[in-house]
Amino acid sequence: MNLTLKVWRQKNPTDHGRIETYEARDIPSEASFLEMLDIVNERIIETGGEPIHFDHDCREGICGTCSLTINGVPHSKERGITTCQVHMRKFRDGDTIWIEPFRAKAFPIVRDLVVDRSSFDRIIAAGGYISVRTGSAQDANSLPVGKVEADEAFDAAACIGCGACVASCKNASAMLFVGAKAAHLNLLPQGKPEKDRRVLAMVRQMDAEGFGNCTNQYECEAVCPKSISADVIGKLNRDFAQAAVKEAVS
Amino acid sequence: MLKGNHKMNPLGKALLQFWQSSIGRKIIVAVTGAMLVLFLLGHVAGNLLVFQGKEAMNDYAQFLHTMLHGQGVWIARIGLLVAFGLHIWATISLTIENRAARNARYAYDNTVQASKSSRIMIWSGMTVIAFVVFHILHFTVRVSPELANLPDTAYAAANPGEARHDVYAMVIKGFKNPLVTLFYIVGVSLLCSHLSHGIASIFQTLGIRSRKSAGFEQKLGWAISIALWIGFLSIPLSAMFGILKENPKPHHKAEISPPPASVQVVATSQG
Repeated sequence: MNLTLKVWRQKNPTDHGRIETYEARDIPSEASFLEMLDIVNERIIETGGEPIHFDHDCREGICGTCSLTINGVPHSKERGITTCQVHMRKFRDGDTIWIEPFRAKAFPIVRDLVVDRSSFDRIIAAGGYISVRTGSAQDANSLPVGKVEADEAFDAAACIGCGACVASCKNASAMLFVGAKAAHLNLLPQGKPEKDRRVLAMVRQMDAEGFGNCTNQYECEAVCPKSISADVIGKLNRDFAQAAVKEAVS
Repeated sequence: MLKGNHKMNPLGKALLQFWQSSIGRKIIVAVTGAMLVLFLLGHVAGNLLVFQGKEAMNDYAQFLHTMLHGQGVWIARIGLLVAFGLHIWATISLTIENRAARNARYAYDNTVQASKSSRIMIWSGMTVIAFVVFHILHFTVRVSPELANLPDTAYAAANPGEARHDVYAMVIKGFKNPLVTLFYIVGVSLLCSHLSHGIASIFQTLGIRSRKSAGFEQKLGWAISIALWIGFLSIPLSAMFGILKENPKPHHKAEISPPPASVQVVATSQG
């Protein structure tokens, strides 16, 4: 396959950055998207240029490290997968592909396509945990959890914290991420005792990091590689309202 | 902004934090939005009385101005003003934050599933503000003398010593100007676009949307928006195209007592 790449290049966090054009020739259609970038980078290095910097790690869709906004959609327009799971056979010979970083004020660009997502870590540090050791996996019947709650918690826990929700949101809101992380713990007996404190702390940290506010357009749920539903945002709104009222009157 | 916070009592601090938080302001938008939607439903239902004729419309207008000894209309107006003001204040402050949060735009912009209406909320909202100001000057303050001096002659004849404004005639006269009607069409259409996203959003922001209820809530939002659009615009269009007549004679003849000759002259001179 022969492709034209329009890639965001930015030397450092303060550089203005620009779109640069690369011709990617003879790319095998069975290559993954990141392998395609590897091939392009090898050729850039051979000619003495600076390779395109991008985040990647497991390359099997479970670590949440890869990012990239491909033709305006985080992780590409393919539903329910990460960038590393996208294959070049999904594109056509001769296509022009726009590759940009995940854009948000709370995700400052480090270099080229690499962004700093440590704002997510600070939200988790604010309340996305259980304060006491809950022990090893125990006998299934010793701590009953309803099937519905278990499924909802598991769906929320599927979040890999990649940040595609923020990148797709017109307001760069982190509500899907925070909603998923809070719901995952709030739904289970181990997480319930700290539910109110957790929701207030995580939402306040989210606001302090400079993420935008949800306007219920659900772009996040469409691009989430783990297909997490915007239901978790509704739940976060509900849990926050309850916690705020309890805080005010207690 | 939080200076002196340590001196505040816990309730005050909690309220301030709610006000300053993203979700807190969104809840204010949702609650005030719900109040305004309920008002619109009452407003359209009342206004549609215009199709029942002059007496029904003017009786309704008189009722609004006399309920609770004349206090009712002011309670409603102040409540609406507060809701409208809070709704505007919270949405503008949230929008400013949203623009700042997405400080760099994508060179290749793409949208997967966000509706067009959801993406122009601030602009449809701003147009509605302009429309509401015009609408109040037009029919409530009545800056045009042509619409301000319209006594209900039939009522005055039947109730000597009393007078009331002829709202029915005012509405029909008010929509004879095609430019006014055009602005109403634009204003109401953008209002309904705003509501097609806004009503469903109320449920999500208040945390009462789930996978099971989401479809129903979105359809309810569309249904209310379309019903309001048809209901509100039926009036200016009917007035402009002469379906609503200023002096409906044959149909209502039996219901209203014939006015005295002197009044009759005034009424026909208006037509």
